Amino acid sequence: MKLPAFDYATPTSIGEAVALLAAGDGSARPLSGGQTLMPLLAFRLTAPSLLVDLRGIPGLDAVEIGEAGTRLGARVRWCDIEAHAGLAAAQPLLVAMIGHVAHYQIRKRGTLGGSMAHADPAAEMPGVAVACDGVLHLVGAGGARDVAARDFFLGPLTTALAADELIVGITLPAWPHGRRWGFQEFARRRGDFALAGVAVHYDEVGGRAVGAHVAVIGACSAPHRVAAAEALLEGSAVTSALAAEVGRAVAASVSPPEDIHATAAYRRSLAGTLAERALAAAGGLA
Amino acid sequence: MRDVAFEVNGKACRVAVEPRTTLADCLRHDLGLTGTHVACAHGVCGACTVLVDGEAVRSCLTLAVQMEGAAVTTIEGLSSEDGLSPLQAAFRKHGAVQCGFCTPGIITTMHALLTTEPHADEARVREVLSGNICRCTGYMAMVAAVLEARAAYQGAPA
Amino acid sequence: MNAPLRGPGNNFVGQSVERLEDMRLLRGQGLFTDDVSRPGLVHAAILRSTVAHGWLRGVDSAAALALPGVVAVITAATMGAKVPAIPMRLAPLDELEPYWQPVIAADKVRYVGEPIAVVLAESAAIAEDALELLVAEIEALPPVVDTATALADGTLLFEAQGTNLAVLYTAQKGEAQAEFPGAYVRREKMDTQRHTATTMETRGLLAEWDATTEVLRIHGASKVPFASRGMLAKQMGLPETSIEMIEVDVGGGFGMRGEFYPEDFLVPFAAKHCGRPVKWIEDRREHLLACNHAREFDCDLELVCSREGDILALRGTVNGNMGAYMRANVAVAPRNVGQFLSGPYAVPNVHVEVRALLTNKTPTGTYRGPGRFEADFFRERLLDLAADDLGIDRVAFRRRNLVKMAEMPYPLATVTPPKKEEKLDSGDYVMTMDLALAELDWDAKLPLQGKLIDGRYHGLGVACFIEGGAAGPRERARVELVEDGTVAVYVGSTLVGQGLETVMTQIAADAMECSMDTIRFFHGSTTYVSEGFGSFHSRSTVMGGSAILLAIEELRQRMREAAAARLGCKAEAVRLEEGRAVAPGGGALSWAELATAGLSGDGVFHNHTHTYAYGAHACHVAVDPRSGHVEVVDYVAVEDVGRMINPLALQGQIVGAVVQGLGGVFLEHLVYDAEGQLLTGSFADYLLPTATDYRSIRAVAMGVHTGAVGPLGAKGAGEGGIIPVGGCIANAVAAAFSGKVQPMSLPLSPSRLWAMIEAAG
Repeated sequence: MKLPAFDYATPTSIGEAVALLAAGDGSARPLSGGQTLMPLLAFRLTAPSLLVDLRGIPGLDAVEIGEAGTRLGARVRWCDIEAHAGLAAAQPLLVAMIGHVAHYQIRKRGTLGGSMAHADPAAEMPGVAVACDGVLHLVGAGGARDVAARDFFLGPLTTALAADELIVGITLPAWPHGRRWGFQEFARRRGDFALAGVAVHYDEVGGRAVGAHVAVIGACSAPHRVAAAEALLEGSAVTSALAAEVGRAVAASVSPPEDIHATAAYRRSLAGTLAERALAAAGGLA
Repeated sequence: MRDVAFEVNGKACRVAVEPRTTLADCLRHDLGLTGTHVACAHGVCGACTVLVDGEAVRSCLTLAVQMEGAAVTTIEGLSSEDGLSPLQAAFRKHGAVQCGFCTPGIITTMHALLTTEPHADEARVREVLSGNICRCTGYMAMVAAVLEARAAYQGAPA
Repeated sequence: MNAPLRGPGNNFVGQSVERLEDMRLLRGQGLFTDDVSRPGLVHAAILRSTVAHGWLRGVDSAAALALPGVVAVITAATMGAKVPAIPMRLAPLDELEPYWQPVIAADKVRYVGEPIAVVLAESAAIAEDALELLVAEIEALPPVVDTATALADGTLLFEAQGTNLAVLYTAQKGEAQAEFPGAYVRREKMDTQRHTATTMETRGLLAEWDATTEVLRIHGASKVPFASRGMLAKQMGLPETSIEMIEVDVGGGFGMRGEFYPEDFLVPFAAKHCGRPVKWIEDRREHLLACNHAREFDCDLELVCSREGDILALRGTVNGNMGAYMRANVAVAPRNVGQFLSGPYAVPNVHVEVRALLTNKTPTGTYRGPGRFEADFFRERLLDLAADDLGIDRVAFRRRNLVKMAEMPYPLATVTPPKKEEKLDSGDYVMTMDLALAELDWDAKLPLQGKLIDGRYHGLGVACFIEGGAAGPRERARVELVEDGTVAVYVGSTLVGQGLETVMTQIAADAMECSMDTIRFFHGSTTYVSEGFGSFHSRSTVMGGSAILLAIEELRQRMREAAAARLGCKAEAVRLEEGRAVAPGGGALSWAELATAGLSGDGVFHNHTHTYAYGAHACHVAVDPRSGHVEVVDYVAVEDVGRMINPLALQGQIVGAVVQGLGGVFLEHLVYDAEGQLLTGSFADYLLPTATDYRSIRAVAMGVHTGAVGPLGAKGAGEGGIIPVGGCIANAVAAAFSGKVQPMSLPLSPSRLWAMIEAAG
């Protein structure tokens, strides 16, 4: 499993990187942490002519927590999120979900930009982006643009990113103090891609849920919010019965894949179970 | 071919590699440091774990050309001719080695963990160890060895 | 009884001596095959069939040969008229020769992964680049992937043979097919899934041909280097003395490594062909495709019992999905499934027919506890089902039927062809079961069984096993007194990562009455002794260790004689102390001084009977019915191995074997699609146990009832820990659901278990 031959460049600015991606035969690929790209190269599932390593570009590893939200650079690593002093309070769902990503060594190099560009339906970071109404910041040869996460992840390994575009960061809206949340995922082994995962959050106003978010990973072709489940939750008091009902709504709405690890029926049921448990955790019932 | 200059086990080195050469292959075949083992070459098993600037990384998922200016530590750099480190000695005492192929990657990983988290509990040790696959031991003896070796890292400068 | 080990002052045997090999392995100083290099090395990569079944019409290598850095491309055509084939090493039969695997596909491909061509290049990366340029023209045929299709004979792997049934093995004892009036009969269909050893070090070879001395030297030999040398010599048309097999450190064996594979011919052939040293290091995807697979059996069995709970008969059929060829040790697992189906239980009547069926999948071979893991799953499930039906406690049912000491030696079913008889030799089978139950705290935990606690159902399981050891025919050792006063020990047993160096040194040091530092141990390579039989069937310690004792006995006699001649006394009067030979008058010679006389001893230990280590496992599981996740809350493995040489090393092997077994129960599955494509070609898809999966695995190893083979009393160990895991866990899961869920198939993946729970309502 030796890698196919490619050229290698280390631009020092975003502009230079984008120019490198745009030049050539169109098969150039950005290299961030490499924890997803390198296995694809090892299996020769992709054969880029050029790898554009982003490690020389300053500022892409920044974490900025502000009034309007949290901006994370594309090269922020999983271990940076884990170790950051302010993120657990500023974005608790992010920190909780990222806690399930891969293993110790991968977490030392894997980046959120790389994960979102790859867009595995079971990956946590795309799920965070969707569950938290994140906005991705992209820069291409034609300039910069922002794309809402819900419009970015289009299908398995498919995104709105153009070949000459880079993800430079993501902004997650500010997380109000006291917001209730829960996240549950189930994988064959710890650190594996989830067979299903569900994130739930809402604000509690007068004992009722407001701004209900229910998002699914794994049991789907791309991370997405479940409108039917959110409608049930919105304006309701969170009880065990409601949690079960929301779980059923999630199970009814997802279109899970079937593969060697699980049947579609299993993933459907599992998504419902995890939604019920995530909501119970959010509501302090568990 | 690209020239890459970096530090390996405290010594400066310069090596000419193809961009596609992984750090694992560079260490093993260009620099002769064969203590780093490759068991899957696709980033799952952890056998090739080395320290880059003190952090445990999978050297099969890292390109040698990315190491420009970095400090790399391999199992050879964590070992002495005179005997075993406290972590290595604990592995031997607890019978945590069988075929020994995964062992260097596990020693490097656990060294990195205990250096930064000398009070890691069993759950944390298992969580981190889950990034390394051992086919022989079933992990029980390894966990016991790591927990015992913590004492040697406690109070030491990180 | 066995003679006590010599050496009142020494007793390394029986102690948890820290392993010698750890000193190098822990410091990255081991020498594994890929750590060996040679000037002028050429790297090999292998083009493998991507089609499960088809006619190979040709290989176009022009583009690959044009790639700079490519040295040669080898195909069947390179080998001339006759492509050599891989013989069966164990239980060979003349009538199976048509099913041997050619070392490279010539006219037909029969599994995805079958070698079609070898590329030799200046680097491993260039060799892989060249693979992408090779074009194999294959005319696809319908694939045979399961045993039902194989049995139908609609598509044949070997047209000239007229059948996909390579051989029917029969395990026979008594009159199992008789009527048993009034008896209870339980009939079930069960199956175990294809999975395998998956060692952490992949296979690898470095071969070099020395044209001057006409010697072929091969690094990477393992397990059975002498047998492999014999096969290779025949295939290459060389005398055995022209081939040296060198064993270096080995990253796991488990039965898989070291059997003869196509590459074991292709790489040496390539070295001789191109006149340069050739290295081939298998990659992980290749490993999952090309190494022996194992464990894929389905059965239709009947257990017949009296209403009082005495087992009367076991009978039925088993289908083995053996893969595309009958090579190397493929016969072991299907023969064992039949012969060891009764396990440690007294079963007076057995008739089991095992069909070895050819399919378009990777050929199979042994994996730790071959056939025994499968048989234990089938039998222990049947026992629980029968006990429930008969209203007998499953522990009492086992206690009633386990073979008692007074019944030993107890004959098992005889398997044919070829005919092999087996007898259980010694042991207190009830004792190990009782101990396993006590260790688990069975009685205290029983009230949890079937209860839903915090969303999970709890269940307990128990299963018993026997582990065969000490395979013959013989093993050879040579010991030499070296001029620095150390003792060099050479054995034909091989090292596969089981701590053999330490264990053998313990045995030798005790026999020499010296410190372990004085012993230098050499193993495996064909250059050390004239023959060797390797490491399989839990045999190294019993066979190699016994040979060492015999060799040392001879050496010590030579030492006494040499000392007597120089000290002027009778040989019998010489006292051997550590490092010295002392005459009655007080004169003495150091071992270094004695060594100048060129002293050595040879030992050959012959054996044709097997030992049976035995034991029992007990476990406690908690099952989340909504996710299908099973937590192994606690797991206890008890095994009596006759005599423990190194308890710590042994317990480590048992724990490791249990966790491998749990991998086979929950995670590991070599999945094929209907076209015969392997879908689990990476460690992301073929799931091995990790440190977070099973947290409480306990081993209780003991040496109580010694074996009758050899002066050591050891029975051979290392495989037993895996054998009963499937039955033990599945029984616990069934118990958790009070019998409403009855696992009959492995693996118990969350998805499958959830579906069973749903179906049970």
